[in-house]
Amino acid sequence: MIKNILGQNVRDEVADNITGGRMHPEKCKLTVEDLDAWYGSKQVIQQVSMGIGAQHITALIGPSGCGKSTFIRCLNRMHEVAEGGRVTGRVFMDGYDIYAPQVDPVAVRRRIGMVFQKASVFPTMSIFGNVASGISLTRFWSRRRDLKDVVERSLRKAALWEEVKDKLDQPGASLSGGQQQRLCIARAIAIEPEVILMDEPCSALDPISTLRIEELMLELKKDYTVVIVTHNMQQAARVSDWTGFMLLGQLVEYAPTKEVFTVPKDKRTEDYITGRFG
Amino acid sequence: MPRESYHRNLRELQDEVLVLGSMIEKALERSMQALKERDLNLARLVLDEDKNVNKKRFEIEEKALDIISCQAPMASDLRILLAILFIVQDLERMGDHAAGNAKIVMMIGNEPPLKPLIDLPRMNEKVIDMLHRSLNAFIVHDAEAARKIVPEDDEIDQLYDQVFRELLTFMMEDPRTITRATRLMWVGHNLERTGDRVTNICERVVFMVTGKMEELNVSTY
Repeated sequence: MIKNILGQNVRDEVADNITGGRMHPEKCKLTVEDLDAWYGSKQVIQQVSMGIGAQHITALIGPSGCGKSTFIRCLNRMHEVAEGGRVTGRVFMDGYDIYAPQVDPVAVRRRIGMVFQKASVFPTMSIFGNVASGISLTRFWSRRRDLKDVVERSLRKAALWEEVKDKLDQPGASLSGGQQQRLCIARAIAIEPEVILMDEPCSALDPISTLRIEELMLELKKDYTVVIVTHNMQQAARVSDWTGFMLLGQLVEYAPTKEVFTVPKDKRTEDYITGRFG
Repeated sequence: MPRESYHRNLRELQDEVLVLGSMIEKALERSMQALKERDLNLARLVLDEDKNVNKKRFEIEEKALDIISCQAPMASDLRILLAILFIVQDLERMGDHAAGNAKIVMMIGNEPPLKPLIDLPRMNEKVIDMLHRSLNAFIVHDAEAARKIVPEDDEIDQLYDQVFRELLTFMMEDPRTITRATRLMWVGHNLERTGDRVTNICERVVFMVTGKMEELNVSTY
């Protein structure tokens, strides 16, 4: 049952009606309907409809420029911040339309956090400060002790606590690349989002740090819904439950990961993942 | 194509499966010829060649493993490699059956023939024909052709049944023929098993093309 922001039922059985049978059969955290996105006059996303399973890892793969990063930016209303960014269509979170006129985009981004390709730590801010920054921007914390608890909990969830617990006052830039990326994840977790969007979170990391982040993703999916954009197909195959293949702004195929990587239905998916593309 | 050398290696590996297949065809032909003509040298040759069959099988497996570990194949490429790994195993076992028949030829030696050989060579021909077509289906990725071969295994089973009954009659009529008749029965059994292996290959071809694992050999015979 899809509701608008006021809690009124606006659509029934959206799951059955979404085009192309690309819906997720299980419980969806996010439901995307006929999404189009533009940069100025250039349309970069065309009629994408899909359901993103709650507490699942959903991976989006596709060649550069296919619109996968733009697409996840539409999921937390980040795309409209870009110059010329425009979105039509709808994205429902737990049945509520996040693009409804009354919805505050900042509130959406608080519930749908994001981690970027390049670890975006505040370099001079302490490790503690980095994690706490998100919270201080979004909430009023009356007691320092609460904040300490949240920071510790977030760092633990991001599998970084043991490595940094004795140097919380050191600058964020003192950490390695992999640690910085986990710090960003801790910062995203600290504001207690429900969905975490990851845009190529491991592309700048070494293989060991990459595997650590992947392990972390598997841990995170117990509590969160994770959407990851990746160029690394092995990574998508290793961590995700469902995989979507995007090409020229369209969602070509969306199915359980095992199926996509063993018996893809669409020839374009097959060509892409076997390297016969281009 | 961005992964040209990888795809070339994959194609070459499929060709090597054909080479192994033709080695098996030759082993089957030779072992039957040796049986018909009591040619012990030819039988010995089949036994020697079986070592090369085993070697070839390991070679193919190793190359497949290299591709899997270094190239992380996916989708149809992954299915091709899995099919190859299973098919070479079946081919190698078929080689063992042919070698088994060559051994029987050695055991028969110069014993007087029990009867003219009619059904066993027919079984052998049929098996070779099915094997040839199954590998053709493999190389051109034709699931339908592979499916059509499977029911033909019933013909082999029927011939084996015929051989079995005929030899049993010989044994009942004259117990002195038991040893000779039993040896021919083993030959028939080896050929029957070889036919079953061809159906396995067909199943792998269907999997390779469609991604579906299906039991095709549900004979009513």
